[in-house]
Amino acid sequence: MLLTLTYRGNRATDLGYLLHKNPSRTQEFEMSFGRAYVFYPKAEETECSAALLIDLNPVDLVRGKVGSTEGGLFDYINDRPYVASSFMSTALSKVYSTAMSGRCNSRPELAASPLDLEASITMLTCRGDAELVHRVFEPLGYTVSFQSFVLDDKFPEWGNSDYVDLTIRGKVKLCDLLNHLYVLIPVFDKQKHYWMSEDEVEKLLRHGKGWLSSHPEMKLITRRYFNRKKSFANRVIEQLLDAEDIESAIEESSGEDEAILSEQETTELEATALKAKEKYISLNNQRLDAVVQAVRDCGAKSVVDLGCGEGRLLSRLIVENQITKLLGLDVSIFALERARERLHLDRIAEYKRDKVTLVQGSLTYRDKRIEGFDAACVVEVMEHMDIDRLPAFERVVFEFALPRTVIITTPNVEYNKNYERLSTDMMRHHDHRFEWTRAEFRAWSESICKRFGYSVSYTDIGDIDEEVGAPTQMGVFTKCE
Amino acid sequence: MRIEIPEFCLVALVGGTSSGKSTFAAKHFKPTEVLSSDFFRGLVADDENAQDASEAAFDALYYVARKRLESLRLTVVDATNVQAAARRKVIELAKEQNCHPVAIVFNMPERICKERNALRPERQLPDRVIQRHCNDLRRSIKGLKREGFRFIYILNSPDEVKTVELVRTPLWNNKKNEHGPFDIIGDVHGCYDELHEMLTILGYIENTEGVMSHPDGRRAVFLGDLCDRGPKNTAVLRLVMSMVQHGTALCVPGNHDIKLMRYLKGRNVQLTHGLQKTADELAQESEEFRSDVAKFLDSLISHYVLDNGKLVVAHAGIKEHFQGRGSARVRDFCLYGETTGETDEYGLPVRLDWANEYRGQAMVVYGHIPQMEPAILNNTYCLDTGCVFGGKLTALRYPEREIISVKAKNVYYEPLKPLLSEVNTYDDILNIGDVSGKLHLHTRLMPVIDVREDNAAAALEVMSRFAVDPHWLIYLPPTMSPCETSKLPDYLEHPNEAFAYYREKGVQKVVCEKKHMGSRAVITLCRDTETAKQRFGVTDNSRGIVYTRTGRRFFNDMALENAILDRLDITLTQSDFWDDFNTDWVCLDTELMPWSAKAQALLQKQYAPVGCAGRTALQKAIEALEKVCQRKNLAYEVSKNTSGKNVDIAQVLESFKEREACVNSYINAYREYCWPVASIGDLKIAPFHLLATEGSVHTDKDHVWHMETIKKYITGTDSIFMATEYLVVDVTDDKSMQSGTDWWLSLTGSGGEGMVVKPYTFIAQRGDELLQPAVKCRGREYLRIIYSPEYTMPEHMKRLKKRGLNRKRRLALREFSLGMESLERFVSKEPLYRVHECVFAVLAFESEPVDPRL
Repeated sequence: MLLTLTYRGNRATDLGYLLHKNPSRTQEFEMSFGRAYVFYPKAEETECSAALLIDLNPVDLVRGKVGSTEGGLFDYINDRPYVASSFMSTALSKVYSTAMSGRCNSRPELAASPLDLEASITMLTCRGDAELVHRVFEPLGYTVSFQSFVLDDKFPEWGNSDYVDLTIRGKVKLCDLLNHLYVLIPVFDKQKHYWMSEDEVEKLLRHGKGWLSSHPEMKLITRRYFNRKKSFANRVIEQLLDAEDIESAIEESSGEDEAILSEQETTELEATALKAKEKYISLNNQRLDAVVQAVRDCGAKSVVDLGCGEGRLLSRLIVENQITKLLGLDVSIFALERARERLHLDRIAEYKRDKVTLVQGSLTYRDKRIEGFDAACVVEVMEHMDIDRLPAFERVVFEFALPRTVIITTPNVEYNKNYERLSTDMMRHHDHRFEWTRAEFRAWSESICKRFGYSVSYTDIGDIDEEVGAPTQMGVFTKCE
Repeated sequence: MRIEIPEFCLVALVGGTSSGKSTFAAKHFKPTEVLSSDFFRGLVADDENAQDASEAAFDALYYVARKRLESLRLTVVDATNVQAAARRKVIELAKEQNCHPVAIVFNMPERICKERNALRPERQLPDRVIQRHCNDLRRSIKGLKREGFRFIYILNSPDEVKTVELVRTPLWNNKKNEHGPFDIIGDVHGCYDELHEMLTILGYIENTEGVMSHPDGRRAVFLGDLCDRGPKNTAVLRLVMSMVQHGTALCVPGNHDIKLMRYLKGRNVQLTHGLQKTADELAQESEEFRSDVAKFLDSLISHYVLDNGKLVVAHAGIKEHFQGRGSARVRDFCLYGETTGETDEYGLPVRLDWANEYRGQAMVVYGHIPQMEPAILNNTYCLDTGCVFGGKLTALRYPEREIISVKAKNVYYEPLKPLLSEVNTYDDILNIGDVSGKLHLHTRLMPVIDVREDNAAAALEVMSRFAVDPHWLIYLPPTMSPCETSKLPDYLEHPNEAFAYYREKGVQKVVCEKKHMGSRAVITLCRDTETAKQRFGVTDNSRGIVYTRTGRRFFNDMALENAILDRLDITLTQSDFWDDFNTDWVCLDTELMPWSAKAQALLQKQYAPVGCAGRTALQKAIEALEKVCQRKNLAYEVSKNTSGKNVDIAQVLESFKEREACVNSYINAYREYCWPVASIGDLKIAPFHLLATEGSVHTDKDHVWHMETIKKYITGTDSIFMATEYLVVDVTDDKSMQSGTDWWLSLTGSGGEGMVVKPYTFIAQRGDELLQPAVKCRGREYLRIIYSPEYTMPEHMKRLKKRGLNRKRRLALREFSLGMESLERFVSKEPLYRVHECVFAVLAFESEPVDPRL
């Protein structure tokens, strides 16, 4: 909302010439998203400050004219009018465009020299990572100070807000300061109010000229500037780096990008669970190997994957030639879309395509479409169901769908102690409703066998810990003749 | 010539080219009833004569024919059909669809066909083709009956074709014009005394001709199995035959009746399962009587479709797609039901349970399977309660749906296996077919409600992943529309418009209830876990639940949920609620406070940050603006070198100060609804609807009753239960309305959300129009947390006033109708899927995009 630039020195009011804004005037500028004002709260011989104040129209935001990103109330009750965001960068480039280019016909030598300049940015979003402020601004020669705020003093237990009032001061050219601010404000806020087009790459290169390539946090700045547009970020990095550095940079970017996403989008708990995922990825493969082997062993020709998700198991099964019919069922339409993409159903060979069907369904509803299969796989699915829905699930699978073989995997909660990031009361995934010990899973399995006429054998999947067993437990249920 | 065909059948026109089939078809059938092979050739190949497209054309033709027959529409196949192979397809389709195949044959002299062919402008076939057609046809005629055609008409000359009068006759099973009322009686099996007693209880008396008849014209319907095993078979036969003959009863055949008929016709049948008894009795009767019995039994129709299709009767029941059709398969089903071919440990056939999967609109009443109690499932009623086995004889009065039983006076026959005491539990499992695709629901308040497929898909995900056990979900609350937008400059919403809405709809009295700012919570509580198990089918030993408006469990902390339920139970027990309402369970609509109990994340991630950022930023802006205003050396001359225009900074300062005040009010507004919850005692629960108890949905009582009943039984003793303040307003009386407005102003002035204005009666209608069950009228300050902190700034207010409510109101009505319907269905003990589909539909509507600020 507010950015104040202060120049301290002899004839400080020359700042007016540099900014092309007369210190004795108060001016208003029409912006596409509202209004901007420029005025000088202080205009004295030794110290002169120019304020850029944005009056953002919140109703326009809501109407989706500008900056509307998500639906729901989030657009109506919005911090955008009050915080330093890409709206500020846009205003800077419009109101101070000449100053930004370094042009000043009346005081050219002043424009070209480093001056004692200070910028105060109110309400910069830094999402708990105040340290970043130092890492980003100090290499550019600024001294940095900031003030944080409690979210609501009536409820101190809610903690601090994500916002700081930031002041940076250094000996820099005015045009450099303006360019730094133009690029770096959105790096903190990360939420761009406009749709990024191709020329955004060129814009960053232009405003970053002369300082961005040598900045130690260049990659981070670039990536966050483009937020989710990874391809744009990579193109900028490419242009800023020497050829040999490029490949490694792009490789790194994928991992880091995920970290940024998780920081932004997942809660504390999820983030921790995600980190435990490092060990997880290879486990996922081991699990799929075990399931595919079990499917082979039972000689199934038709297989239904209950809770197929994005189709990781299906993509393994589709290449198994003995399988002639595959059905993937999931409750999430979105997951099914991803599965369709992952399996490349629009371009794989017809004989493969014709064996696969994807349908939306739910494991707690009786479903004729899943009846008559040789085998059913329920891989890391049941723990996503509330435990009081299990009776319905059991009947849907074992009484009505009635496959000859049912392959079920689920986490072994005893193994969780090996995940450092998981505290004792946490589960491996935020959506898990329960995680069972080996004894619990076995007790459940035995009761299934008794009630529905199946026999079961168990397999451990993943590294086996002598004391607590393997991370994943698998039960293969076979219908008794 | 008179051609009579059933109103529903598959007609094959048989005749060579140029024999006059299409002309005939055009004269006697609707154009849409006639599927011509030429037309389909044109569809698939752009050429009606393209013989190489015949295969594709017939594929398409039979596809369409099947669709028509599936929906019980007479269909005519206009193709030459002169070869047996072609006709076989007709026969097979007719059999598959359980309808009669009819052949109308155009056996024209070859000469005439040739002449006509020569006159055809667009297409002339070689004479040899015509000759071949005529030869094929002549050879075919004899075999048509053997091929399977039930009705065959042969036309031998153009003159004969001209004289044809085509008549469509109703199917024998079609008694849709008979509207009853009926008294439908289950399997009698020779229990004459019980039958006579039953008829007497039902009000039948012997008329002057000695026939049992009902003075009000009611008619008895017998579900078959009149004889065997019981003591007085001939007496039963005499009674029923005379009633049917004199039109005071209808009768469908049972498997025992058919076997008896075969016996009487001299077929070789085993005298088992009690037939011996009947045979012995009949041996005492005259030859004439025996012959009458045989004729009577032979004349019985497998099932009847009655009362505009709303009622279907058949001995062993009937699936939806068999109703109103005739075929051997349908008849067998009606007589024997469907069996797996296996037998159980008693040597009885294992039955497939059609009733469990029955989803038809028509009520089906049947017998055949003896059980201790009438089995009511998915709109089907099994009335065989094993009278002959010492059970009882059962009748169902239609349309009253009232069940009447007469106890057996004796065990006349030892049952082969014990009578089933428990109705099967299959209906406990929900079927994906009931909730996927486009949903089409019928409710009492709105006859038809459609749910789009994508909305249903979204609801399936939410229901499966997040909602509580469907057994508990007997109701979801509807969305509520605000009142019309206020015309007053400072207000977006104001009571004037709420009052006006109901006044214009002809409602005089409304009940204004304080709107609590918390989270909606539906509470269902049973007196004990046994009730939860028996009545709700919940098996996890819980006794109640608190859930949100989207069907999710309100509390993650089960101990807290249990504590609330326990306290509610204590309160209800102390107030004698359970006894006074004669119920073991209750369902309440409530608001649970504080808002922060449920919305903590929303507050911390969205509401508080906006307040924090707004307050700080505006403070800083105002400081800067004040400084510049204090400067003396400001100038106002315009310079060409700048792009900006001069502005009166003092005015800017004023407007920013106003904005700051807005943001501070906003912070105060949300703070009002937050307080820390350390224990259950910090919660407040305000029930406002006593929705349902055993046997009653309390929507027949007005809102004052709800308020007062809740006060009497629930609030006042335990501090967590809170009464809701309310005020009755006469919307035709200015003074009364003014008091309502004043009340609203005082509520909202002291931080309240506002009020909800409801028509005095729970359900309000004007003619056919269902009125909004409630409209909300929210306070000026409260709306800051909905429309943005600064919405009251005049330039924003002006634009925000343009809001459309229609979509929201339509949604509110549909969701309300569905919510009421699910409660009604639950209370009348309809199967789970019937309750679930309503709740599911409410959830589906919640995925409709609608302005969330409304």
